[in-house]
Amino acid sequence: MSSVERSEARAPLFADLPPVIMLCLFWLATIVVVAVFADLFAPAHYTTQDLLARFRPPVFLGGDWDHVLGTDHLGRDILSRIIYALRTSILIAVLGTLIGAIGGTLAGLAAGRLRGPVDLSVMMLTDVQTALPSLFIALTFLAFFGNNIFLFIILVSLEGWERYARLARGQVISEQSADYIKAVEALGAGPGRVVFRHLLPNIAASLVVQATLNFPGTILLETSLSFLGLGIQPPGTSLGLMLGEGRGYLLNAWWIAVLPGIVIFLTTLAMSLFGDWLRDRLDPTVERD
Amino acid sequence: MTMATLKAIGFRALRSVVTLLLCVTLVFVVLRTAGDPVDQLLPAETPPSVLEEYRIAWGLDRPLYVQYWSFVSRAMTGDFGKSFASNLPVLDVVLETMPRTLLLGFSALLLASLIGLSLGILGAVRRGTGIDRVAMGVAVLGYSMPIFFLGIVLILLFALQLRLLPSSGASSLLHLILPTVTLALPLAGRIARFARTATLEVMGRQFIRTAHAKGAGRLRVLLQHALPNAMVPLLMFYGIEIGLILSGAVVVETIFAWPGLGRLLVSSVSMRDLPLVQGVILTITLVIVLSNLFVDILHALLDPKVSLARTLGGAG
Amino acid sequence: MSEPLLKVTGLARSYEMHRGLFGHGSTVRAVDDVSFSVAPGETLGIVGESGSGKSTTGRVVLGLEPPSAGEVLFEGKPLPPMGSLEWRRLRTRMQMIFQDPLGALDRRLPVATQVREPLDIHNIGTRIERDERAGELLSSVGLSRSIGARYPHELSGGQRQRVVLARALITRPALLVCDEPVSALDVSIQAQVVNLLCDLQADLGIAMLFISHDLRVVRQVSHRIAVMYLGRIVEEGEADDLFADPVHPYTRALVAAAPVPGRKPSERAMLQGEPPNPANRPSGCAFHPRCAMAVDRCRSDVPALASLGNGRRAACHLAGQPIAAVPPGAAAAQQEIFAK
Repeated sequence: MSSVERSEARAPLFADLPPVIMLCLFWLATIVVVAVFADLFAPAHYTTQDLLARFRPPVFLGGDWDHVLGTDHLGRDILSRIIYALRTSILIAVLGTLIGAIGGTLAGLAAGRLRGPVDLSVMMLTDVQTALPSLFIALTFLAFFGNNIFLFIILVSLEGWERYARLARGQVISEQSADYIKAVEALGAGPGRVVFRHLLPNIAASLVVQATLNFPGTILLETSLSFLGLGIQPPGTSLGLMLGEGRGYLLNAWWIAVLPGIVIFLTTLAMSLFGDWLRDRLDPTVERD
Repeated sequence: MTMATLKAIGFRALRSVVTLLLCVTLVFVVLRTAGDPVDQLLPAETPPSVLEEYRIAWGLDRPLYVQYWSFVSRAMTGDFGKSFASNLPVLDVVLETMPRTLLLGFSALLLASLIGLSLGILGAVRRGTGIDRVAMGVAVLGYSMPIFFLGIVLILLFALQLRLLPSSGASSLLHLILPTVTLALPLAGRIARFARTATLEVMGRQFIRTAHAKGAGRLRVLLQHALPNAMVPLLMFYGIEIGLILSGAVVVETIFAWPGLGRLLVSSVSMRDLPLVQGVILTITLVIVLSNLFVDILHALLDPKVSLARTLGGAG
Repeated sequence: MSEPLLKVTGLARSYEMHRGLFGHGSTVRAVDDVSFSVAPGETLGIVGESGSGKSTTGRVVLGLEPPSAGEVLFEGKPLPPMGSLEWRRLRTRMQMIFQDPLGALDRRLPVATQVREPLDIHNIGTRIERDERAGELLSSVGLSRSIGARYPHELSGGQRQRVVLARALITRPALLVCDEPVSALDVSIQAQVVNLLCDLQADLGIAMLFISHDLRVVRQVSHRIAVMYLGRIVEEGEADDLFADPVHPYTRALVAAAPVPGRKPSERAMLQGEPPNPANRPSGCAFHPRCAMAVDRCRSDVPALASLGNGRRAACHLAGQPIAAVPPGAAAAQQEIFAK
C-alpha cells in the first residue's frame, strides 16, 4: 500500500454504514448490554424451577406474559436462561478470542522477528493446528483431562490462533525491511522497542479484523462442545447446552431448542457480516477462513 | 514432470510426515500428562497382574524416549489397544465405522459443490446485480448458520412436522438425506463465496479478455477457459475444507444418530474410552493430512507456476 | 594536525550473488579499497553514479553494514559489532539521513514524537526536557513548533526532510551521513535544505559525509569532494579546486555535465558508453571503456590513488599530463568536451 492509500484508510471509518451493517452492530451491542446487565434484564434466575409450569409455550404461540419465551422441561423461564447463557457464551468467546489473539500474535511476532528455529517451531505448530481442527484437539484434551473451566477456555482460544500467527509473521517480515523500521534501528532502538512501539501498531488493524472474522468460529466451538455435552456443564448454562437439552423435546416443545439456536445464529451472522465489511474497509490482505 | 516439481512434492510429503509425527506426539504428550497410561487405557476391572504385564509391554518402566518410540511404532502399525466399551480392537472398530462417515462426507461434498459452485459462478457472472446479491446473501446465511441449529430445524420441519424423512439411524438411503443436507449447506455457502472470488479473478485475467475480444461467446469462454483455470485454486480450497467437513460431521452424526466416526468420537469421549479416542483422533488426523498432501501434489502437477517456496509455505 | 573524526582505511564491501542451485555464486565488490578521512566540523562530499558504491560506503562507515575488509576508526576507536549495546549507544554520536523522508518516518506517530524518539531510546533527560528539546530542534531546522503535532503524510517533502534532520541532530552527533538527502525534492526546496545543512554545520560544528550523484549540490555543501567510480575513489580534493581543475577524465566529464547558468543544456557533454555495473567490472582501470583518453596500460593496470600535491589525489595513469600528450583521435573528443 502506498503512503497515499494508507492515509486515506484513516479517513472516518464509520462514515457510510450500510443499513445491514448498522443492524448487525445494533444486535451485537444489544446482546453485549443484555449479557453484562443480565441481572437487570432477566425476569428470573436461570435455575429457578417451577414444575407446575413446565413446557409453557412462548407468548407468540399462545403462552402468557409471565414467561415471554416459554418454559422448559423443568419449568425454568427460557428468556432468563437465554440471557444468562448469552453472558456465559459471550464471556467465554471474548476471553478465548483475547487469549488466542494475544498468543497467536506473540508467536507470529517471535517467528517473524527471530526467524531460525523459533520460526520453524511456530510453523510446525501452525501445521498441526491446520491438520487437526480445534474441535478435535479440544475433544482429545477433554477426554483425557476431563472438564475444567480453565482448560475449556484455553481450548476455545485455540480456534484460529494460527491465523493471527501467520498474519503477524507475514506482516512483520514484510514491514521489517521498510525504511522507517531501519531508520529507527539506526537510531539505536532495541528490538523490544522496534517490535512493540513500531511494528505492532502498524499491523494492529489487520489483527483486529482477523479477530472479528474469527469470533463466530470461537462462539461456535464453545456452543458445539456444550451442545455435545462436553462443554459447560449444568448447573451452568450456555446457549449450546440449552440446544442440547432441548433436543429431546422437539416434538412438543420445540422452542426450548430453537430459541437459543436463533440467538446463536443471529450473533454469528451479525459478526460475520460485520467482519467481512470491516475487512473490505480496512485491509483486504487478511485471510478468509 | 520437472525436477523442480519432484523436489517440491518430495518436500511436501516430508512436511506431511513431520506433521503426522507431531500430532502423534501431541497425543502421546496428552496421554502421559493426564496420568498413568496403563490406568488410562485399560478398563478399571483389570487385575493388577495384567496391568503389570501391560506396563512392561508398553515399556513404562523404561525411559521416556523408549516409551515414545514404542507408542509411535504401535500407532504406525495400527495397534491402538482395545476399546473399553466393546473390548474389540480399536482398529477394527474404526475401520468398521469409517466408511459410513466417508459416505456422508462425500455426499455432502457433492451436494455442496453442486449448490455452491452454481451460486458462486452465477454470482460472478452476474456480478453486482440483484442475482449476485441474493446468491451471496444465501451463501452468507449458509456459512454463518451453526450446524447443530440447522440440523435441529431440519429435523423439526422434515421429520417431525412434515413426517417426510427419518431423523436418526442409517438403515436406508432416506436416512442419508437430512444429515447430508445439514452437512452440505454451510459448506455450500463457503464454496459459493470462494467460487465467486476465484471466478472473478480468473475472468479478469488478460487471456480471457483476449478470448472475448476474438468474439468467443460468453458461455464458451466460461467453460473452456475460465473454469479450468479456476479449478486449481478451488482444489486448494477443498483441501482446507476437509478439516471443517470432518468437524461438522462430528456434530451432524451426533444429531442424527448416524453411526459414523464422529458419533463414535463423541461417545467415546463422554465415556472416557480412551483407547478409542486415541484411535479415532489419529485416524482423522491421518485422513486430513493425507488429503491435504494429495491436494497439494495435485496442485503442483497441474499448476506449472508452483514453486518450492510456495509449497513449503502453504497450508497443512 | 588534530586527530581526524573519521578515518577509513582500505575499506571494501562485497556481496554474494546466488544464481540458484546449479549456477555459481558470484561476488560483487560494491566498495573496493576506499580510504579517506574526515576532520571534525568538515564536510566530505562523495559523488558518483548509481553503482559507484557511494551509498554502501556511507552505510559501512556508520556501522549499518559490516566491511568485508579494511577498517573504520571513529573518534579514534574501531566500530563496535553491529547491533550490540555499544553500537546502539554510538548512534548518539553518528547519524544518517536518507533520500526518502516519508519512508523514514513512522506514518502512525506525530512528528514531534519521532523527533523526540532518540532521546527516549537513549534515556536522555526528563520527559519535559525531551519535549522541549524536540521543539528546539524543530525551530532550528526552520519549522514552527506547531508542526510537531502533525503526521508525516500531512507535510511536504521539504518539511519531512527537515523533520528527519531534526531527529538525526537531537542527540548532537559528531558525524552526519547524508545519503542523497535532496534528490527527491523540488529544485527550489533543494536549495533551502542545502542551505540549512550549511547553517547547521556552522552552528553545531558537525562533520558531514554528503553523498549524492549531483556534483553541483555536493559542491555547495562540501569542503572536500571524493569522486567514486565502481567502488573506488578516482579523485579527491578541495571542492572549488576540484571543480575548477578536474584531473581524472571521469571527474572532467561530470564537471562538464553539471548545469551552469548561462550555458545551454543541449551543449552539455554526455558520458559515453554503458553506466557502470559492479557485477561486470572491466579489467584494469574500471573507467577505461568510457574514457576518451584510454591507452593500453589502462586496460591492464588498476591505477592507484596517488597524491598530486595541494591536497589533491587522483587514480589515473595519465594524471598530471598535459593534454598534448594524449594520443590522436582522443584529442578531438577532448576538444569537444571542453569547447562547450
